Order: sequence, then C-alpha cells, then structure tokens
Amino acid sequence: MSEAAALAIENIVAGYGGGPVLDDLSISVQPATITAVLGANGAGKTTLLRTISGFVRPRRGRIVIGNTNLARRRPEEIARAGVAHVPEGQGVITELTIEDNLRLGALIRPAADRAAALDGAYERFPVLADRRRRLAGTLSGGERQILVIGRALMAAPKVLLLDEPSLGLAPRIVAQIMAVVKQLRDDSGLTVLLVEQNARSALSIADRGIVLNLGKIVADADAAELATDVSLRRHYLGF
Amino acid sequence: MQEFVEFTLGGISVGMIYAAIALSLVLIWRGTRILNYSQGGMAMFTAYVALVVINHTGNYWLGFGAALVAGLALGAALERVVIRPVASKPPLNAVIVTIGLLILIEGVAGMIYGDQYRSFPPAFSVVGIRVGSFGLGVSPNDVFIALAVLAAALVLAATFRYTSVGLRMRATAFSPRIARLLGVRIGRVLTLGWALAGLFGALAGVLVSPSTFLYPNSMDSIFVLGFTAAVIGGLDSPAGAIAGGVILGVLLNYVGGYLGSDLVQLFGLVILVLVLMVRPSGLFSTTAARQV
Repeated sequence: MSEAAALAIENIVAGYGGGPVLDDLSISVQPATITAVLGANGAGKTTLLRTISGFVRPRRGRIVIGNTNLARRRPEEIARAGVAHVPEGQGVITELTIEDNLRLGALIRPAADRAAALDGAYERFPVLADRRRRLAGTLSGGERQILVIGRALMAAPKVLLLDEPSLGLAPRIVAQIMAVVKQLRDDSGLTVLLVEQNARSALSIADRGIVLNLGKIVADADAAELATDVSLRRHYLGF
Repeated sequence: MQEFVEFTLGGISVGMIYAAIALSLVLIWRGTRILNYSQGGMAMFTAYVALVVINHTGNYWLGFGAALVAGLALGAALERVVIRPVASKPPLNAVIVTIGLLILIEGVAGMIYGDQYRSFPPAFSVVGIRVGSFGLGVSPNDVFIALAVLAAALVLAATFRYTSVGLRMRATAFSPRIARLLGVRIGRVLTLGWALAGLFGALAGVLVSPSTFLYPNSMDSIFVLGFTAAVIGGLDSPAGAIAGGVILGVLLNYVGGYLGSDLVQLFGLVILVLVLMVRPSGLFSTTAARQV
C-alpha cells in the first residue's frame, strides 16, 4: 500500500435531499486498476459516480485525485482535473457528428495534442473512423456506447468512471467494450471505476470488487475472491 | 413588374435587419432558453454609442466599430451581472429581468441622450439604384445592409463549424450537461453567446437607425419583427433566423407596397400569431427533444 491512490474517496456523505444515499463512504482506488462497483438498484452506485464527477455535491467528505480535493468543485473543473465520466444511457450529442463528438472530448488538451488524440481514437475504434462525418444520432446503441467511451478517452483521463456501459447491449458488444477497458488499464495505466448491474461480466475483468448496499460498503475484496464467494454473490449480486 | 422587383429587393434588405435581431435572440435562446426582451434596447443603446463617436470624430466607420465593440461588451456584462443569477431559476424570473432591463436601458438612454428623434448617418448613398430606366428599389446603403449582415452571419457560421470555440458553443447549446462532463466551462460559453448577441444587435441598430431615426424606443418595433423572424425560422436555428428575416422582410414589403404602409405592423403581428398557431417550432427547427 505504499503507492499513492489514484482516487481516494474519504468519508463521503451525499444524496439528493432527504436522507443521504452515500453514507460515510471511503474507498481508495489504486492506479492502473479496474474496480467494479456492484450492488442492487438504489444501492448508491450511480450516485457515487455522480458525486465524484461533480453532479452531486457531497455534504461531507473529500474526493482526492493527485493531491487535490475535488469535492464540491464544478463538474467542468473536475473533468479538467482528469476525471472522465461516461454516464448511464450513453450521452452522445446526437446533433453533432461522430468526429465533433470526439473532438469535443479533446478540447481540454493542448491544441497540439488534439489531432493525435483523434487519430488514436479512430485506430482504437475503427467503426468510428468509418462513420466519422455522420451524425451521432444515426448510430446504433452499441456504436453510441463505443463513441462515448472513445470521447471520454480523448481527454487522456487519469480516472475513468463507467456507469453501466453494457446496459441494453448485445453480449458481443459488451465483450468488445470490456476488452478495450482492460487494454487501457494494461497499456495506458488507466484507473477505472466500473459500475455494473451485470456483476458476472464486471468481475471477469476487474481487479477488485466493491459491493454497495444502502450507501455503505458491504464487501470489498479481490475480484476473483468475490466471484467465488457464493453467499455474498447470492445475497447481493443475484448469481 | 418594376414594383415587384423593388418590393422584393427592398424587402430582402430590411429583412436582413430583422435577421440580425433574430440571430441575436437565437444565440441567447439556444444556450440558455432565455428570450432576451431587452435585445432591442441593447441595439438602440449601442447605436447611440456609434452616434456619439461619429459626431465627435466625423468618422462613420469609427462609430460603426465602436457600436460593435459596445455590443460585445454590453452583452457580456449583462450576462455576467444580471442574467447569470437568474439562469438556473424558474423561467419567469428571466422574463421579468430582461423586460426590466429593457425599461432600464431605455430610461437611461433617455436620461443621457434625451427623447428627441436624432438623425443617424447611413454608411453609403440612399439614392435608389437604377439600371437604365429600371429602378431596383434599393440604394447602395440597402445593399450594404444586406451584405453586412450576411457577411457577419457567414463568419458566425464558420466559427461554429470550424473552430473549437464554435464546437463548445454548439455542445453547450445541445447538451450543457454533457459539455460540462467534458470540461467545457459553460459559464464562459454563455457569456460569449450574449456578447455575440450584443454584437448582432448593435449591427442591426446601426444599420436601421438611418431610416427609423434614433430615439430611446426606436428599436421596439424592430425587436417585435426580429422576434417574429426568429419564430418563423425556429428559435433554435441560426440559419432559420436569416431565412425568417428575409421571408418576413419581403412579405411585409409586399404588404406595405400593395396594401399600404399602415398595415405593416399589423401584418407582422398576424404572421407571428399564424406561425405560432400552425408551426410554433418554426420552419427550420430540429424536432429532436433537447438533451440535458
């Protein structure tokens, strides 16, 4: 544990008014790892990602990346600090072309780096290269998911937050997306927080699994261990 | 036939004034869903700035430039100081604030410059162009009006399409939430939108004041027609603003020419009501639901 955490969530209390959804939550995420955040609906997984990316303002606690506490900053400043959040339900801007969606992702980088970032995205995702001038609204669900991940990566983030990337997608596409995420961890040292209902597929690529229930952590273990802990799986993860 | 040509060409020229106001409204509406009722007042005020500079220096183009700079500055300042606090509140707040701004700007203009109708110099000759014995119904100044607005609109379109700033503005207009997630500082983008709206309003004010004279309320009816043009084109569409302006200008010129000039304002309102009843989203609007 001598390596500094890529992302440290410290005693976060957050919610939407009324009682807190995240209740004194602390998580330390090591660099170049994939952490699966699992749990039933309403457990607080999406709220956790929204709190990190700034759309939910935590009432208490710190969110530290590098040496900076990002809690209570504006979402655009948190994005500029290296957090890329791919929200649930995709989030392509349908009125822009694929290329414009991608270019938008790179605008926080120096102008000199943007062209190379775009080339990199097309290399990694050839399906986007083929359709670069088309409006994003014409893409299928799977293609849109690939686009938003490609767009998030254009910023060369330190931390990638993925919220249900496999929702509504064919298994083949899910496998492709998960393979890309793994490769990014391996090749670029990307740190990933992956929220998934599909616990089985998430644990198959993750290094670590955290299970939330009612805003608290009920399990935090190596992903392989979690996948084999039958009672935990049945109780919280449904398989 | 000559009349028809005259009314059409003249209508295009005056339509471009409506288009400039429409474009100002669209620039603000797209980013913020606020309808800027003070747009006409802002245009009037910046026209006064131009007049003061022209009278002091004797140079029309210095005054023209001063108006545009004043428009940029006024738009940006109003957004930061007055509009930003109400942008996230219920829409009625912004309505009241922009109407209040209009009253304030017109009151201040009256206090500083007085109520009298002031003459405003045109950029070029206002004598009608003749081709042989055929009068075109437009003057060199009218041609300048149309070309100036068109040029400004094309520069704006190119900025949207080809620059990073333009990409940020489009993203903020279509989906401010996603834009923020990608690090776009939407506050600055919105300030820029208001600044550009101020610029186009100033352009309209300087171009129309030679024919309307300049006084604190001189842009009120132009604003209504500019708003009508924006509605015709679709409040979301910059291209629609231009098309709406030209269509409205030509239609109203036919009304004024064939039916009488006292019917022009009335027909303008009739057209507004008709469009709102039949196709309220406008001719060129995108029908997709707006993402947040």
